Amino acid sequence: MSQFLKDYVKVKKHNFRVGVKRARLSKACYFFLAPYAIIFTMFYILPVVVSIVFGFTYYNILEAPRFIGLQNYVSLFLEDDIFLMAIKNTFMIAIITGPLGYLGSFLFAWLINELPRWVRSVAVVVFYAPSIAGNCYVIFSVFFRGDAYGYVNAFLMNTGIIDTPILWFIDPRYMLPVCMLVILWMSLGAGFLSFVAGLQGIDKSQYEAGYMDGVKNRWQELWFITLPNMKPMLMFGAVMSITQAFSVCEVTMTLCGFPSTDYAARTIVTHLYDYGFARFEMGYACSIATILFLIMILCNKAIQSMLSRVGT
Amino acid sequence: MSDMNNNNTTENQNIVTETQETVNTEVVETVDAEAFNLEDEALSKLESVEDVEETAEVKKAPSKEKTSVKKTKKSKKKEEEEEVYHKPIIKRRKPNRSIAGDIFLYLFLLIVAVIMFFPIVYAVESALKPLDELFKFPPRIFAQNPTLDNFSDLFVTLGKSWVSFSRYLFNTVFITGVGTAGHLIVASMAAFVLAKYDFPGGKTFFKLVTVAMMFTGYVTGIPNYIIMSKLHMIDTYWAIIIPAFAFPMGLFLMKQFMEGLPTSLIEAAKIDGATEWTVFSKIVMPNVKPAWLTLIIFSVQALWNNKASTVIYSEEMKTLPFAMQQIQAGGIARTGEAAAVLVVLMIVPIAIFIFSESQILETMASSGLKD
Repeated sequence: MSQFLKDYVKVKKHNFRVGVKRARLSKACYFFLAPYAIIFTMFYILPVVVSIVFGFTYYNILEAPRFIGLQNYVSLFLEDDIFLMAIKNTFMIAIITGPLGYLGSFLFAWLINELPRWVRSVAVVVFYAPSIAGNCYVIFSVFFRGDAYGYVNAFLMNTGIIDTPILWFIDPRYMLPVCMLVILWMSLGAGFLSFVAGLQGIDKSQYEAGYMDGVKNRWQELWFITLPNMKPMLMFGAVMSITQAFSVCEVTMTLCGFPSTDYAARTIVTHLYDYGFARFEMGYACSIATILFLIMILCNKAIQSMLSRVGT
Repeated sequence: MSDMNNNNTTENQNIVTETQETVNTEVVETVDAEAFNLEDEALSKLESVEDVEETAEVKKAPSKEKTSVKKTKKSKKKEEEEEVYHKPIIKRRKPNRSIAGDIFLYLFLLIVAVIMFFPIVYAVESALKPLDELFKFPPRIFAQNPTLDNFSDLFVTLGKSWVSFSRYLFNTVFITGVGTAGHLIVASMAAFVLAKYDFPGGKTFFKLVTVAMMFTGYVTGIPNYIIMSKLHMIDTYWAIIIPAFAFPMGLFLMKQFMEGLPTSLIEAAKIDGATEWTVFSKIVMPNVKPAWLTLIIFSVQALWNNKASTVIYSEEMKTLPFAMQQIQAGGIARTGEAAAVLVVLMIVPIAIFIFSESQILETMASSGLKD
């Protein structure tokens, strides 16, 4: 055993020395990497560490942080009813809009793939525009206005489905579904572009080979040829849509107000902002951020291991 | 044969349009398939392809000569075979598609496209409507007497307020411009060494960046605020601009795209005595122009819509999306102006995307995430 340990240490030492030597030889590389690495560490890595550390403290910016152990997490899950509601809402939104948006991105990318070139480029703009249109979703508050002159209300009343106007963004029953609709409308983002580009890049000879080997219809072609070729893009798209699905807050905050009626449209991020920037309970907010971080990373890992089995 | 074809297509990627490319690959492949005693299906394909080719060949660049020589041989061969099989020509590119399915799916696609685009068209149209038309009920989608009054009103009404509209616009343009330019330079420098050199720590760093793509800015919002307040960056433009330099997706896309550059290009420059910086600025950067545009679109999209209300407090440094919120809070009377700001906000990212679509798609083709 001690012999093994000694060898292990020896190998590690050797590797380290080789590493140092190689690092010294590639100084220029570090110069190139340095600006990005510094900013990245400062504003992307360090915050995660800071939020994990501050999650265990009581910190309100004015006083020095005070260590209180797991108290924040205990009160989050046992005392904070609104947080539990936020988690429920966030998961509802994520479970419905995430997969639907993802499948939609792929489906539309796949359908427009066979269109002639100029139609395809128009179609890409049409489908991608909502996600880069910024605050354009505000226009939905005109469609779903709460009085009888809101277009959706007027339509439903004229057709006789309802007889009194629905307060879409005030009635807790309708808030989440309408928000989900808006989020779905915006969900063809970077993943969609990646799919479109990936589908274009598939080697056409594979399809020819497929015809020879008796691929009968487009669905078989999709499963046996297209999907296995698209695996890296599928991964990228999954990362994009999971991240998006869990970070919903602007849409619900803008459309349903902040705070919303009965907290029916509260999400984890909204809760985070409430505690961070309205009440300045930074320690508590950091613990929420840590939970959100863990949810996102775990979901991504789980989905990735699922996707690696696609098309086999 | 297919090797030659591949070379040709890569060489002429810029010159030859896409239809011609597909034509080439298909011709060669179908001829390959003939060796396996292919039947009418492939033949008909050859037929339909040949029609397009004749017109296409006229426009082709001289570097294409080799293939065209090859093709004349092939067409002779084809003519001989045509005498043997007198079958009707079926002009279908994909043999395994049902027409009913095609019609159904494209109809579905068309309907969804109309629904998707409707809110955007509606937003643009309501910015063009005069006040009386805005509240007309039942509504019309298109304005009867389109005016630009709403846009000029923006400058007039907000010109009287404490902070003028042009100041909000300037803030947003400044943040977007500086942030995007810095992001492009900083991220490309890092992407260059990560893609083309193997040095200790490089791979680990890139893994960290891909992990960083898995969580959003909201997670880091609160700690970022604490860090920035320690650096005295709160209430300056830099609080938004500097973090935008290190936007992880930009580095990721740039690195993936740079990996496609031939390493021999860099080695050749090195042998000629170029320093790392010359290689980067004179050789690598001009060759990854499509990736520039992709980085620009994602960065602009993120910064142009940045409300920045949590890190900037001074009214005169706030951004356009924030101003929009205030205009909307102005109530019913400001409906037209609110729509106009909405259009200003969305037109820029969409316009950039429309102009650079093909380059962006070229970059996104290498966006795959390998595990």
